[in-house]
Amino acid sequence: MAKKKKAAPKKKVAVKKSVAPKKKVVAKKKTAAKKSNPEQALMNSLVELIRKTSAEIPDDVQKVILEALAREEKNTTAEYAMNIIQANIELAKKKSQPICQDTGTILFFVECPRNFDQIAFTKICHKAVRKATEVGYLRQNSVDSLTGQNVGMNVGPGHPDIHFHQHAKSTVEIRLMLKGGGCENVGAQYALPYNELGAGRDLAGARKVILDAIQKAQGKGCGPGVLGVCIGGDRGAGYVHSKEQLLRRLDDTNSIKELADLEKEIVTTANTLGIGPMGFGGKTTLLGCKIGVLNRLPASFFVSVSYMCWAYRRLGITLKGDLSIGKWLY
Amino acid sequence: MKKLNYPFSQEAVRELKVGDMVLITGKLFTGRDAVHKYLHEGNPSPVNLKNQIIYHCGPVVVQDKKSGKYEVRAAGPTTSIREEPYQWEVIRDHGIVGVIGKGGMGKKTLDACREYGCVYLHAVGGAAQVLAEKIVSVDNVYLQELGSPEAIWELSVVDFPVVVTMDSHGGSLHDKVQKMSQENLDKVM
Repeated sequence: MAKKKKAAPKKKVAVKKSVAPKKKVVAKKKTAAKKSNPEQALMNSLVELIRKTSAEIPDDVQKVILEALAREEKNTTAEYAMNIIQANIELAKKKSQPICQDTGTILFFVECPRNFDQIAFTKICHKAVRKATEVGYLRQNSVDSLTGQNVGMNVGPGHPDIHFHQHAKSTVEIRLMLKGGGCENVGAQYALPYNELGAGRDLAGARKVILDAIQKAQGKGCGPGVLGVCIGGDRGAGYVHSKEQLLRRLDDTNSIKELADLEKEIVTTANTLGIGPMGFGGKTTLLGCKIGVLNRLPASFFVSVSYMCWAYRRLGITLKGDLSIGKWLY
Repeated sequence: MKKLNYPFSQEAVRELKVGDMVLITGKLFTGRDAVHKYLHEGNPSPVNLKNQIIYHCGPVVVQDKKSGKYEVRAAGPTTSIREEPYQWEVIRDHGIVGVIGKGGMGKKTLDACREYGCVYLHAVGGAAQVLAEKIVSVDNVYLQELGSPEAIWELSVVDFPVVVTMDSHGGSLHDKVQKMSQENLDKVM
């Protein structure tokens, strides 16, 4: 698993500081500490982040869904599906209930300053996930792969999946993605050259395999969806980076010109395929495509594709000094 | 928009064609992986499924502590293809006339739909809230020992929205879209 590679400051000394100015951490102070307790504040912030992420689609995604709905021809199954999707988005928000009953893999991406206490954060994060599961913001969605037992509270090896990245700023930014199983199952990784498609080890080859992934997914990933793609990296890093692309706003522009062009072209071309919402046929197959790049070994050329369903649950927050929510990032 | 009303029948589903948008009013029985395996192993169904519709769904159900009544909080479809090895047999042996799910199913199921008079109805994946709203009551539960998402929940629904993507005449929208999109893709490769 690649997830730990970027993080983990080795110095243990540094650990205790910035997650919480822990004055009165331990159990006995529970009652009086509720308001000022930074652990509790962080916990509340995370539970609210989970609630809102599970129930509300971010604005940038909402915008493209409405555009897709407008584009479909009237009285078609495609329009029918898009109407139900839009109604579902509104209803989930109104009722503050999960948009989809598959509340997915819980992926946290934490941008943190030097000396940030990742161990303490992880602990509180686990608590927040348990709490969010108890109150029904999350489904009981984590299964022991050997015994088949549902662990109940969504905490276990690999769950939740927390990625720390240190940055030079003093702020803490926490992004959360809930990625359902249906769309995760249609993700794909290609090793170029990929002879079946005549895809060579260049951008043109990458384009071919990305389009192939869309064709293979059909409607099974609950389309219209969004692709996160990574060109390069090893197998592990490639998939992680492809998911990180899904943290980008849909209306941003890739700073690398060739990739910006490819992103646009993939969306345009995908929408000529006719797969349509849910694979019913129609004009919108893809809502967006975001492509990142990592260096590779001379011997390897991977293209990793993560598919995100229309129920694109991804939000983020910054933390204030007292660890309450500062601002929302999307 | 077509309507499919309870009691369901083979004759009624034979009328349905690929591409029809349908509102279902009546009963649905949820059944996913564990139920299909259970029936496949030759166990008798705890409820008569003749002329009924099975829904590939693991709903989120809560029970009111006081009244003991169940309420469905979220109920979108789950991926159907996992039931492909069993579905034809369940259609043949239990006489179900409809299967609701998402993503479509394969040839075995399509053949069984034609032979025994059944139809595959595609619900919108992810639309857990809209679909849960269409469930007006939970009337019974069977095989609860399989765990809540895997149990058979007997649900009453009103105007439950689906699209026919595999009919009882051999038509499959999934095959059609797959073929057409592949042709389109070949042009731009």
